[in-house]
Amino acid sequence: MRQCLVRCIDDFARNATMNTMIRLAGRVAQVREAGIAMILVLFSLIAGAVEPRFLTGETARVVLLAIPLVLVAAMGQMIVIVARHVDLSMGSILGFSAIVGGLVFRDHPQWPLVIGFLVAILVGAGLGLFNGLIVAIFKLPSIIVTLGTLSLYRGILFTLSGARQIDPNDIPESLIRMAQTSPVGVPWIVIIAFAVALVVHCFLKHTEAGRHIYAVGSNPVAARLRGIRIFPVTILVFTLSGALAGLAGIFYAARFGYVNPGITGVGFEFTVIAAVVVGGVSINGGVGSVLATVLGVVLLGAVTVALPILGTSGFWQNALYGAIILIALVLGRAVRQGGLRGLSATKDAG
Amino acid sequence: MSSTETPLQAAHGRKSLLPALRWRTIIIRPETAILLLIVLIATLASRLSPYFANIAFILESSTYYVEFSLIALVLTLVIIAGEIDLSIASMMALSACVFAVAVRAGVSIPIAMTASLGSGLVMGALNGFLVTIFRLPSIVVTIGTLTLYRGLAQVLVGDRSIGSFPSWFVGIDFRSIGRVPVPVVIFVTAAIVLGLGLSSTIYGRQIYQIGANEIAARHVGIHVDRIKMGLFLASGFGSAIAGLMMASRLGSVRYDLATGGELQIVLIAMLGGTSIFGGRGTILGTFLASWFLVIIATGMTVANITINAQLTVLGLLLIVSTIATNIFYVRCHQ
Repeated sequence: MRQCLVRCIDDFARNATMNTMIRLAGRVAQVREAGIAMILVLFSLIAGAVEPRFLTGETARVVLLAIPLVLVAAMGQMIVIVARHVDLSMGSILGFSAIVGGLVFRDHPQWPLVIGFLVAILVGAGLGLFNGLIVAIFKLPSIIVTLGTLSLYRGILFTLSGARQIDPNDIPESLIRMAQTSPVGVPWIVIIAFAVALVVHCFLKHTEAGRHIYAVGSNPVAARLRGIRIFPVTILVFTLSGALAGLAGIFYAARFGYVNPGITGVGFEFTVIAAVVVGGVSINGGVGSVLATVLGVVLLGAVTVALPILGTSGFWQNALYGAIILIALVLGRAVRQGGLRGLSATKDAG
Repeated sequence: MSSTETPLQAAHGRKSLLPALRWRTIIIRPETAILLLIVLIATLASRLSPYFANIAFILESSTYYVEFSLIALVLTLVIIAGEIDLSIASMMALSACVFAVAVRAGVSIPIAMTASLGSGLVMGALNGFLVTIFRLPSIVVTIGTLTLYRGLAQVLVGDRSIGSFPSWFVGIDFRSIGRVPVPVVIFVTAAIVLGLGLSSTIYGRQIYQIGANEIAARHVGIHVDRIKMGLFLASGFGSAIAGLMMASRLGSVRYDLATGGELQIVLIAMLGGTSIFGGRGTILGTFLASWFLVIIATGMTVANITINAQLTVLGLLLIVSTIATNIFYVRCHQ
């Protein structure tokens, strides 16, 4: 009798701890960032097991160097996606601002760098504003509008640059050094990129406008009934995205040392969108955080860096990169829905 | 319509407006807009260059664009069902590379073609699998497979091009049936088959229902997943056909074949008036938009307008035509 009781209590206690642990694990897994963080750790462990050289500070440095461009642009794309839009013209905006910035550097070598930065960001913001105005005024789907401006901006940029590239010797030495070093040892563009991420985080979390973006993205009708004006929010997200793409354009010039109207930024929008959604930002709007996006960018950056270290041949890298995007998407989805069983349980949710 | 109106008044008002309304419903069709644009551009182009107004010339130049147009037809069905497939151009490249590698390995051409078409089906199946089983948004999935398929094409052929196909396979754009080039015949046949299938078979109507309201479609017992899977398979198959056509036209295959083509293909479908939200769109619209693209591209080339300016014009056209149809649409719903 007594034994039975003890066993009972014991059992109960064990179950209780089990339950709390399961609940805790469940709660951790419900945090959107958990899925992507797990994938990142998993990937690093596997890569480290295959090639111990991967798990060194040197790799971290190379990854940090590889991501600033995508990171800055991904911040803009994330804001747009949270507002239930998408910006496909990002690659063209990046190329456009890089060319304009490069032209400024070429024609006025004596001007300080800041002017080039400002010009590129302003040009990007202007192009983004144009996207936003068309989407907001005519109430058109952003995917069509930005698909149109993708070719439009690329066409204008060709004409503007006379189809000639900005050569390495036209880009000031000091700009290229920004992509290599700084007084602290970490290159300037990495510092700027993370500063931008921090500012975007504070903006989205702690300002009224930032919260409005989430409100509009998760339910535009409800947001309007609540008294939020959708028009300025739409304009704001596209302008921000354009400005950040412009900044990424200058980063491109700094990192690669040339700007080519036919190459710079082509296909970049897909890289950025992939990084954002791999981080767990919902393409349906209203959901997503800066941390998740940063993790997504870091994961894809780590993959790019890891593949050569692991000794994969150059031809395999794109295929593996695509495969890892898909795996990360499926795993992220599985984690958020509480295991693989949850995947098929949402038939009606569509 | 304000809420104070009684249904009777509303019905009365509607009745007296009937002839005007019917006229308007024709006007708001995107197909009408694109047809008017075709006429306008064709007139303009024949003014600019005397060599333009020549059917044989237009048919011949259309062979450069027909591959993308063919995929745009299939993509229209996918978009009407509320999904999208951005991996089309990569599927074209990979299936063409499968073909080329098979030929290089000494396989006979018909078997190589079968392998290529089969690879298209497999790629479409992977897209469909990820969308229907894992319930991931198709735009996200196909951005992933866009990279994957292009990467696999690179794995298959490396950075060199594979050519030296047998001479009867090369140059599909120079063969013609009657006076019409073979690619155009394939395109028109596909348009007729898909158009009839979409407008007058039960599957076609179910595609519209899925796009208009997927949950409702599930509740009335439509096999949504099966149809979506079928559409992704069709998209892969169509891309493989287009890939083979391009391999035949170019006479060689590289992994970067049709890079960036996905955006142009989506642009054709959008110009044809297909709604990106699903539920609206026709094959006729895409068909006309394809010809519009052919005419405007050849027209501009004949008029010595550079390819850069052509890009600008295409982008502007997409925006302007969407704005225009949208304004008409909103007007007529007031």
